[in-house]
Amino acid sequence: MRFELLRPQTLTEALTLLDKYRERGKIIAGGTDLLVNIKDRLINPDYVIDIDNIPALSDMHYDGEQLLTIGAGATIRTLERSDDVAKKCPVITQAAGQLGSIAIRNVATVGGNLCSAIPSADMAPALIGLGSRVKLTSLQQQRIVALEDFFTGPHTTVMRPDELLTEIEIPLPKPGTKGIYLKHAIRGTMDCAIVGVAVIISISASGNNCQDIRIVLGAVAPTPIRARNAEAIVRGQDIDGFLVNKCAEMAAHEATPISDARASAEYRREMTKIFTRQALRALWQDMSVDS
Amino acid sequence: MKQMIELNVNGVKEEVLIEPWWTLAEVLRDQLNLMSVKVGCNKGDCGSCTVLVNGEAVKSCLLLAAKANGKDIVTVEGLSMDDKLDPLQEAFIEHFAVQCGFCTPGMILCAKALLNENPDPTEQEIREALRGNLCRCTGYVKIIEAVLAAKGRLNIRSSR
Repeated sequence: MRFELLRPQTLTEALTLLDKYRERGKIIAGGTDLLVNIKDRLINPDYVIDIDNIPALSDMHYDGEQLLTIGAGATIRTLERSDDVAKKCPVITQAAGQLGSIAIRNVATVGGNLCSAIPSADMAPALIGLGSRVKLTSLQQQRIVALEDFFTGPHTTVMRPDELLTEIEIPLPKPGTKGIYLKHAIRGTMDCAIVGVAVIISISASGNNCQDIRIVLGAVAPTPIRARNAEAIVRGQDIDGFLVNKCAEMAAHEATPISDARASAEYRREMTKIFTRQALRALWQDMSVDS
Repeated sequence: MKQMIELNVNGVKEEVLIEPWWTLAEVLRDQLNLMSVKVGCNKGDCGSCTVLVNGEAVKSCLLLAAKANGKDIVTVEGLSMDDKLDPLQEAFIEHFAVQCGFCTPGMILCAKALLNENPDPTEQEIREALRGNLCRCTGYVKIIEAVLAAKGRLNIRSSR
């Protein structure tokens, strides 16, 4: 590989470089995804723009009420170890703990994982399930996009060549909400998910009625997807085993997996059902796990 | 365009002239002769390139050397001070956790990072810490035993 490495010290410098080089430049944060792609010759940027020296991009702050904002440059390990995140939305802690290995997480960033836009991106399902939004910043403007609408296909997003993903806004789940992210992979967390399932559910105080639910599937469609028909089966209903099974079957139906080196489409579809069912059961039965 | 970086490697300040696309693994091996850093898959899957950067385990084949500028790097060469082996190294030898030795530096450094932070890990925590490291020879059992033995040793030493 060959490129010129640019190391802006401020966000404005970084955006100016992006604006100048556009498709000829690529952002590097941790580099655990970008360098693999360059080594595999999938991409060949002339300029690599290192945003590691812009501390503001790694900030995490809570507005005191409803919103947790995470800088795109925050490492996965920081998210995994953050007491704040564990208290406020532990499903993110759980997702972070299932990405790669510790050595990867020490360097990889949440913004990088989302911008890689691989269908199995481990941070995506839980963040989408929480209703997260991403802030896309360029020299000219800033815009907020729902993470659910961010991905357009494998390795593609709505981002323009002059934009940088700077922040992820996470509306904090209301009390009584629980979440889980399950990842099915050959080599545990080190592999890309064969199926990833995130379920975020609000259950009534009486303990059985589903007030709201979001089911997000990773690795079984060109992008992470909401299993909306599956959600509709459970939403507003009293949960029981029959409903859980029906919901899991519908989720499998909504998946559009491909066959590849890791698994066949048929296996992925079956595992979507199994893991959605496992996720629902875990949340329904484990009343002491908060989201 | 080449640039000068400074790395604090095993306690020694090293100045190296690098190309921007060089990884830390290449610099440690080719410029600084630290051959304990192995390049296996070169893609962050096998973990044989693992080193400690500011105390954290990092896959050096995926870290641009320029990004390590000014940081503390520890390789296995830095673990044996004054010809005395680190308890982890001793334990790996005694428990036959080394066969071809290719995965060993990465395994030891991941274990080192774990024990530095958590002196009394469970077996599950050890397995989690070593999840990013592949071994084709030992079947991992002896490696886990070695780390468990080393933690006991470190605890004895620190309580003296």
